[in-house]
Amino acid sequence: MLEIRNIVKQYANHRALDDVSTRVEQGSIFGLLGPNGAGKTSLIRIINQITAPDGGEIYFDGERLNPNHIGRIGYLPEERGLYKKMEIGEQMLYLAQLKGLSKTEAIDRIKHWFEKMEMQSWWHKKVEDLSKGMQQKVQFVATVVHQPDLIILDEPFTGFDPVNVNIIKEEILALNRNGATIIFSTHRMESVEELCDSIVLINKSKKILDGKVKEIKNTYRTNTYRLEYLHQEKQLTDVAGLFDITSREITGDNTTLTLQIASGMTINDVLAYLIPLVQIHELKEVIPSIHDIFVQHVTAKLKYS
Amino acid sequence: MNKILLIIKREYLSRVRKKSFLLVTFLVPLFLIGIYALTIYLTAKSFESNEATVYTIDQSGLFANKMANTGKITFLEASDDIAAEKKRILSEEGKTFLLIIPADVSTSSRVELFAKETASFGVQDEITDQLEDVLRDRAYAAAGIDRATLESISPRVSLSAKEITEDGEKDSSAGAAMGIAMSLSILVYICLFLYGSQVMRGIIEEKNSRIVEVIISSVKPFQLMMGKILGIGLVGLTQFILWIVLSTALMGIAGTGLMGGSNAMVAKVENQELVAGNGGSAVVGSEMGMVDKVTQELGKVDFQTIIITFLLYFFGGYLLYSALFAAVGSAVDSETETQQFMLPITIPLLFTYILSFGVLINDPHGTLAFWLSMIPFTSPIAMLVRVPFGVPVWEIVLSFALLVGGFMLTTWMAGRIYRVGILMYGKKASYKELVKWFRYKG
Repeated sequence: MLEIRNIVKQYANHRALDDVSTRVEQGSIFGLLGPNGAGKTSLIRIINQITAPDGGEIYFDGERLNPNHIGRIGYLPEERGLYKKMEIGEQMLYLAQLKGLSKTEAIDRIKHWFEKMEMQSWWHKKVEDLSKGMQQKVQFVATVVHQPDLIILDEPFTGFDPVNVNIIKEEILALNRNGATIIFSTHRMESVEELCDSIVLINKSKKILDGKVKEIKNTYRTNTYRLEYLHQEKQLTDVAGLFDITSREITGDNTTLTLQIASGMTINDVLAYLIPLVQIHELKEVIPSIHDIFVQHVTAKLKYS
Repeated sequence: MNKILLIIKREYLSRVRKKSFLLVTFLVPLFLIGIYALTIYLTAKSFESNEATVYTIDQSGLFANKMANTGKITFLEASDDIAAEKKRILSEEGKTFLLIIPADVSTSSRVELFAKETASFGVQDEITDQLEDVLRDRAYAAAGIDRATLESISPRVSLSAKEITEDGEKDSSAGAAMGIAMSLSILVYICLFLYGSQVMRGIIEEKNSRIVEVIISSVKPFQLMMGKILGIGLVGLTQFILWIVLSTALMGIAGTGLMGGSNAMVAKVENQELVAGNGGSAVVGSEMGMVDKVTQELGKVDFQTIIITFLLYFFGGYLLYSALFAAVGSAVDSETETQQFMLPITIPLLFTYILSFGVLINDPHGTLAFWLSMIPFTSPIAMLVRVPFGVPVWEIVLSFALLVGGFMLTTWMAGRIYRVGILMYGKKASYKELVKWFRYKG
């Protein structure tokens, strides 16, 4: 869908993007992650052709990105807004026509979406007469009304109230099932982790890593498990060559351990050792969250540099 | 291109549909016509209600039977009892006056006129004219000059200013040209600011409501800026054209309505001249001459050329300046921050505006006038000041070409600042930063 190659964006005293490359697969949900100021919005603006890169190029469905692609992209900017004094229907029509829809087509689509989101009676209302939540719905419809193949949502869940977040999440997933590719951009990595197929992590203008979420997590597995068992008089201790205990919590009758399994051993070896000793309640692999991976990466970088 | 049309359409319709637009469009011509009609009405009225009775106490004895009654004023002799006469004035209805001519009038030249209400200028002039005539006749007689001879040798020269052009001679009219030149410079000055700041406000609004990013993900920033500028410019043109059409129409209606009145007025005045003879209505006569003269002078002015050049220069100047206003609007977050950037916009306009009153009007074909009407930043005002005086076609063509070049330059520059500025939220920009934005690639 989208091939981003060696993008560089230079502002006067500061490089917003430094040689960033990644791929967004057709039909996937893609996470563009990184802390505030990492360069996410700069990259999105380049994809939207709002600004041009100083270096590198972007391919959209194999073609070099050009103005014809604008109508195939739907963009919900982080800074949202609508004309306050313009009627909702007219405003939708204007935005849809700017995306290249004909008037009749635009009216059909808008009516379809208004029905779907239960906003039929809003056509002649002005934005300033709507509540915040209603405005958010309008803004979302404006983003997707022209049936874009690529939907880019910058910080989609900030500023939306929880009810709308769920409605909109459902709609986004439905659009994705119908073939649309979605890019989520956010600094709150945990909010999109479970939705994304692939991600790219950027920090301080540079790409840290990218790929499928599952694969990334696999590579960052540390063979660490959390074990909960019924408290007993004899305390478990480290077993050389099998596992180290990295933390120990005692609540009531239960003890919770974090076990770091020695290299070459598996969880089955550990269990074989433990089962005769304690009564196990729960066992779970500790899989790092994207956020943990990010922190790990950034701190590791700091150590080496 | 299609998208720019959509933007122009939105900008245009959203403003033209506003109630305030309709209000201003219809009220301004009504207001102008109102003033025009009021002036005519008041002038006519001052001629109609002049019938007055003047009781005269002549202590000098010089004026007995010499004051002539006119259609408007009747002179009556009064007793010498000043107190009783004053009481009579108070008790009588209608316009009655008490004129007291002191014994030493030929040396002091002072008389007194008493009334319940101060006498109108018409009555006052009439009385002083008659008194002066009588005194003058006495002085002539004393000096041995025969009045009839004197008047027969009074020469009169009438100057008719003509301009030589390639099409032949034509009547020129410095007075009317001056008046029109002045109104045009005021009008353009006000309108450039009015519509330019509308562009600026529109951009600040889009930036503040954050819709700008949604829109420029669909169109190029330059398209959005030009769409807005052109849309608002068309609103301005629409307003002018409606003003011209409405004023002309209303003027026509008011004209036919007043025609009857003014004809009667002219007839009356002529009548009066016959009755009063020479001295009687000299003042009234010359006032009528003024009205005639103004109409005549206005007739000499080439309104078609003026209206066309006005529309062209207004639109050209508007494009040039509104681009600058657009750049300012994109660089700030609120209207209060615009001050620091307004100076370079205000200075050339204010400069020409002030010069147009002092220098350009008095010397519309001088060197300064020529250059000011060539420089794109000053030509919208300077050229319009000169046009009523007649400007060679090649100068207009050259100046307009330069203006077109000028606005292409300013819109290009403004566009480069605009595309960066609209995405800078909550950042106070300086001139240095504007230059930096201007240099950004892409």
